[in-house]
Amino acid sequence: MSKRVGLEASYAVAEAVRMADVDLIAAYPITPQTHIPERLAEIVANGELDAAYIPVESEHSAMSACLGSAAVGARTFTTTAGQGLELMHEVVYVASSMRYPIVMAVCNRALSAPLSVWGDHSDVMAVRDVGWIQVFCENNQEAFDLMLWAFRVAEDPRVLFPVMVHLDGFTLSHVTEPLWLPEQEEVDKFLPAFKYQFALDPDKPMTHGAFGIPDIYSEAKKAQEVAFLNSKEIILQSWKEFADVFGRSYAPVESYKADGAKTLLLTMGSFSETAKIVIDEMQAKGESVGLVRLRLWRPFPYEELRQAVKSAETLVVFDRAVSSGMGGPVCSEVKAALFSEAVKPKVAGIVGGLGGRDMSVKDFERVINRGKEIAKSGSGEIIETVGIRG
Amino acid sequence: MEEQVIKFGKNMVPVADTLAPGHSFCIGCGEALALKLACKALGENVIISMATGCAEICTSPLPVTSWRVPWIHTLFENNSAVISGVEAGSKILMAKGKKPQKEIKYVAMGGDGATSDIGLQALSGAMERGHDFLYLCWDNEAYMNTGIQRSSATPYGASTTTAPAGKISIGQKTKKKNMVEIAAAHDIPYAATASIGYPFDLMNKVKKGAETKGPAYVHVFVPCPTGWRHASDMAVELGRLAVETGVFPLYEVEHGRYKMNVSPSTLKPVEEYLKPQGRFRHLPEEEIKKIQEMVNEEYERLKAKVAAFPLA
Ligand SMILES: Cc1ncc(C[n+]2csc(CCOP(=O)(O)OP(=O)(O)O)c2C)c(N)n1
Ligand code: SF4
Ligand SMILES: [Mg+2]
Repeated sequence: MSKRVGLEASYAVAEAVRMADVDLIAAYPITPQTHIPERLAEIVANGELDAAYIPVESEHSAMSACLGSAAVGARTFTTTAGQGLELMHEVVYVASSMRYPIVMAVCNRALSAPLSVWGDHSDVMAVRDVGWIQVFCENNQEAFDLMLWAFRVAEDPRVLFPVMVHLDGFTLSHVTEPLWLPEQEEVDKFLPAFKYQFALDPDKPMTHGAFGIPDIYSEAKKAQEVAFLNSKEIILQSWKEFADVFGRSYAPVESYKADGAKTLLLTMGSFSETAKIVIDEMQAKGESVGLVRLRLWRPFPYEELRQAVKSAETLVVFDRAVSSGMGGPVCSEVKAALFSEAVKPKVAGIVGGLGGRDMSVKDFERVINRGKEIAKSGSGEIIETVGIRG
Repeated sequence: MEEQVIKFGKNMVPVADTLAPGHSFCIGCGEALALKLACKALGENVIISMATGCAEICTSPLPVTSWRVPWIHTLFENNSAVISGVEAGSKILMAKGKKPQKEIKYVAMGGDGATSDIGLQALSGAMERGHDFLYLCWDNEAYMNTGIQRSSATPYGASTTTAPAGKISIGQKTKKKNMVEIAAAHDIPYAATASIGYPFDLMNKVKKGAETKGPAYVHVFVPCPTGWRHASDMAVELGRLAVETGVFPLYEVEHGRYKMNVSPSTLKPVEEYLKPQGRFRHLPEEEIKKIQEMVNEEYERLKAKVAAFPLA
């Protein structure tokens, strides 16, 4: 029987790592991720998890140690945020290209300058193209569930890609709320032991990380891309199995009261919870609005997104990052996904919630209303920011 | 079965190579020779993490490999962090009964650039944390793989492509960074210098370092005919001359205690070492004199340390 407990989201992540019987943790502290490596250190120090804990001297080394650990076949976890993700950027590419199933929790944080420890999605957008499977959590239950699930999908021999689980810095990472924790037997049923057939082992010498001349690099990248796209099927299948064991289901794109709505708001991450309230309130006032949330960020869920928005007139995409000189990154991806569709909504993008700026229910109402206007008569700007002072 | 050798010497070197022939090092490359000897000393029960550089590029063009032992390359500056994960990951899997118990040597290798410049932080971190690994630095005194650019290990007066000798410059203006002292400052159980001019000494140090529990560091002097502009049959000779002139003394440091391995009664003049190398050819008489003084001074300092803190 699972039990209901109150737990901070960061501790829920740590608990999932413990229950996954992770073999190696290499991490470097950075606000707002610190509670995860601290709790894990405590768990290991108390003998509640038999794992190697490497208190590395930087995030670059955190991810590098993870490469080595995964290369010998150990179940491997790390966690970071903002600047830390930027510092390890170079290594993050290597993890996916060398097909190491590392799992990482990212407590999304704004990027300097000015220095900000608070949340937004600038760090995520800087790692869009790195070839990791990426999902967003909205609440503590999802943080626990998706963390556990991440190991399962990453280590599947048909997948072998690293997985990033995104949780918003502070607005999710530091929130305490009730969630269901499963029994160890349920976890073991869902998550088999990691068996890696390419492990570095003197009994079976293997070369990892040879370099690619022009004659072979394209083929290597193509093979990686095909495998990455194929992982989608395993992602869907493993979520189905997750639902069978734990009774909670996940999907690449999730809708909230969106049936028949003329205007849809699209969000990612914990702000979706606030957005749900505004949808409730606006629907109560008789307005035809609904919510669509992107759960699976990579591989990008083209088909699911098209299906989810095709009957709406207007789609308002809410971005928590700016692609300088280009607008909202999620908005441009959504537009690209819909471009070749015959039937599609008009898309408007609005940026907000940068560097920890709060987004109230009222703010989201403004986003929806302004989005509708932009969709109808256009905007003078590439991207508008909600609640900005002049 | 692996050949068992207690101490390497004449006719006491394993015939088997774990580094296969057919790699693409330049003719007469000192780094290639050092790598081959080190691999003989390490044997088969080893996992190697290698930094980007000549040794990596010359042994691993997809889809072929020169490696008969497990080997991993990921980036330029992170081999010490990668080996940390390899070592801790392997050991925890054995401790948890997920892998059979085995004595494995964990070895990170990198050039002087990977070691004393861009990867210094990761190396310091790995040594400080006490991982059970051997670090081998192939010191050819510049970034050779990318075209002979200066590193912090380039010696005073050498001409490189980013610190070239010119009308108003003698080339490298700084003194060579002392990596062995930096490693030893971490109070690790074993740090040493080695040179391809002394192949058995090199092999024995590699073996000793690999068998040391905890971090070990061996800094290997590897002349590079391409980058130093010397004749391709001179690498070993220069490896000896560097020691005989006191330019690169051979010594060991164990927890801060020193031992000199080769102590010539009188040092040969540095000129004998500098002359055959194109990278020093531009140096005027007074600069050679200055280098001689620098070498003497460094050598005296080392001797004083050996006398003050001798290794029993
Ligand atoms: C982050 C990064 N910066 C720069 C490079 C380019 N690079 C590759 S190898 C190398 C020099 C290697 O020099 P060293 O470590 O001394 O090894 P050597 O080739 O001399 O044996 C450089 C600068 C790189 N691969 N990665
Ligand atoms: S450039 Fe120097 S170190 Fe590199 S392969 Fe050639 S001789 Fe060896
Ligand atoms: Mg070099």
